[in-house]
Amino acid sequence: MSSEQASIASVTDRVRAVEIGAPVTSAYFLKDRAAFVCGEEKIALVGLEGEITNVEVHSGGILSAVSDGGRIVTGGDDGKVVALDAKGEVTLLATDPKRRWIDNVAVHGDGTIAWSAGKTAYVKSPKGEEKSLDVPSTVGGLAFAPKGLRLAIAHYNGATLWFPNMAATAEFLPWAGSHLAVMFSPDNKFLVTSMHEPALHGWRLADNRHMRMTGYPGRVKSMSWSADGKFLATSGADTVIMWPFASKDGPMGKEPAMLAPLQARVAAVACHPRQGVLAAGYSDGTILMVRLEDGAEILVRRNGTPAVSALAWNAKGTWLAFADEEGHAGLLEL
Amino acid sequence: MAETTSDKIPVTVLTGYLGAGKTTLLNRILSENHGKKYAVIVNEFGEIGIDNDLIIGADEEVFEMNNGCICCTVRGDLVRIMEGLMKRRGKFDAIIVETTGLADPAPVAQTFFVDEDVQKNARLDAVVTVADAKWLADRLKDAPEAKNQIAFADVIVLNKTDLVSKGELSEVEARIRGINPYAKLHRTERCKVALSDVLERGAFDLDRILDIEPDFLEVGDDHDHDHHHHHDHDHHHHHDHDHGHGLKHYHDEEMQSLSLKSDKPLDPMMFMPWLQNLVQAEGQKILRSKGILAFAGDDDRYVFQGVHMMLEGDHQRKWKEGEKRESRVVFIGRELPEEKIRAGFEACIAEK
Repeated sequence: MSSEQASIASVTDRVRAVEIGAPVTSAYFLKDRAAFVCGEEKIALVGLEGEITNVEVHSGGILSAVSDGGRIVTGGDDGKVVALDAKGEVTLLATDPKRRWIDNVAVHGDGTIAWSAGKTAYVKSPKGEEKSLDVPSTVGGLAFAPKGLRLAIAHYNGATLWFPNMAATAEFLPWAGSHLAVMFSPDNKFLVTSMHEPALHGWRLADNRHMRMTGYPGRVKSMSWSADGKFLATSGADTVIMWPFASKDGPMGKEPAMLAPLQARVAAVACHPRQGVLAAGYSDGTILMVRLEDGAEILVRRNGTPAVSALAWNAKGTWLAFADEEGHAGLLEL
Repeated sequence: MAETTSDKIPVTVLTGYLGAGKTTLLNRILSENHGKKYAVIVNEFGEIGIDNDLIIGADEEVFEMNNGCICCTVRGDLVRIMEGLMKRRGKFDAIIVETTGLADPAPVAQTFFVDEDVQKNARLDAVVTVADAKWLADRLKDAPEAKNQIAFADVIVLNKTDLVSKGELSEVEARIRGINPYAKLHRTERCKVALSDVLERGAFDLDRILDIEPDFLEVGDDHDHDHHHHHDHDHHHHHDHDHGHGLKHYHDEEMQSLSLKSDKPLDPMMFMPWLQNLVQAEGQKILRSKGILAFAGDDDRYVFQGVHMMLEGDHQRKWKEGEKRESRVVFIGRELPEEKIRAGFEACIAEK
């Protein structure tokens, strides 16, 4: 414990500890249960009193997961795309005929899902209609735009924007390097990718102008938009890096804000869904809640614990769930 | 570096020109009863006749890194596969990466140096090159990939030795040694080699660079090439002169190796910057570098290995009681600037 941490407000005694028993890679809320996606095979559904229900979703590694709040869609190294709903029921959505790894998944508000295996991105409408698009190299990430049925596909040397229901050829946004995770800004004006190098890249979609967001010591693996959409919070440094997206130019020519510096790498970030607060988890196990306005911090978990791997708020923002690389998890009611 | 070498999953890179017998070796590794489980990354699914849910197809995507280093390429697909495999840690003991016959081993090897996450979880154990005794000599002339694969190797499995005469065999071995005298060489038929000789070699067979001379002699009992012609600086830059009673000493016009040694301790403040500058400046020519170092005022053996411009080094262990504290560095590459390298190394000796 550093003296700096000891002096800040703490809610560590209010956390309900939960043992998942396997490394957790991401977390979500499904109605009134927290869902911890494990590295292999299962999702642990945890009630707010701490009762655990394990649900097997894949027969091997779980490579990708995403949630629309109503269900969690996962892709596995068993070649399957699977959905888990709030009742705990598992639905098989697709199987790769060659049993290739399902590297990425995405869900759209209308129920359409997307996944990728190798260089091919697939979409499947709620009616079961399936389409696919091949990109030049392995898909690094997928994201649906907040408006319209438009899929962003990140890959080597750029990103491809595809309207699956339109005949027009997909639009290619070039930028040298390997692009991994991808996301649209909530206002649909910007596309941001995290790269294999420790950097983000962005495009303003109105004119495809580039935004380079560099200076990270490590690769950015976690990104989260603030509730008002004005900031993109990111992991990868020893502070939470907050890129400003409030103006029409986004972060072009601006410095990011830096919050909650510690002697450890930020590993996961999750912005509160309604208020100007975020949760940040660090490589030394620390979890902080941070107010965006003034950087005020509240300690949720102490350091000296395994690296934080997952953070999630419920939709109302009344509960925070977290988990680490060794399967220790916690629930906090605000 | 918080992780110790032993926590990291060993990775064997299996390379070799088309038809040399890589798949034969791979099938042997997977079918033999050794009590170990391997995750295998292959480029062609169908060739492996073994059912194993940890066989993963790869696309051999070579990505350039945006770090201003032009020879800094990695296997993008491998980064992704390693990340996925780490979710199944505990389900396998080691990883084997098979490359296509025409692949340059550099991007595969570099992936294990340059990617932070890969480096945290895995370590390159050895590059194993399967070579065809009958055709390798020809391929070394017409296929630059074949030469790269030999130059990169820590272990060479010289296969199909039953298809060549004794003379042809010593000819091809001499060709191999002209390029890479440091690799451990095994002669095989149908890739029959003890798996312990190719897998989990540990420390990248680094110790071999210290005892290269004895090994040179033990290549085979039926050989009598005891004339190994080495000077103080153990100079493998041989010319094409046959001594009439041993392995021919070929000088490969393009690819050479260079060995430096000193029984006086090195100054780490001199050596490390020199080495880093050298690989920065000459990294395109230097395919592989490795070394065991005795630094002045340091009781630990320092070891390093490198691929092109990338280096990785660490304190390995204490020098043993009575162990000769000798520094030894080897480079394998194209058109190596020998005099420049020798002079630079000499300048790093702490006591002159």
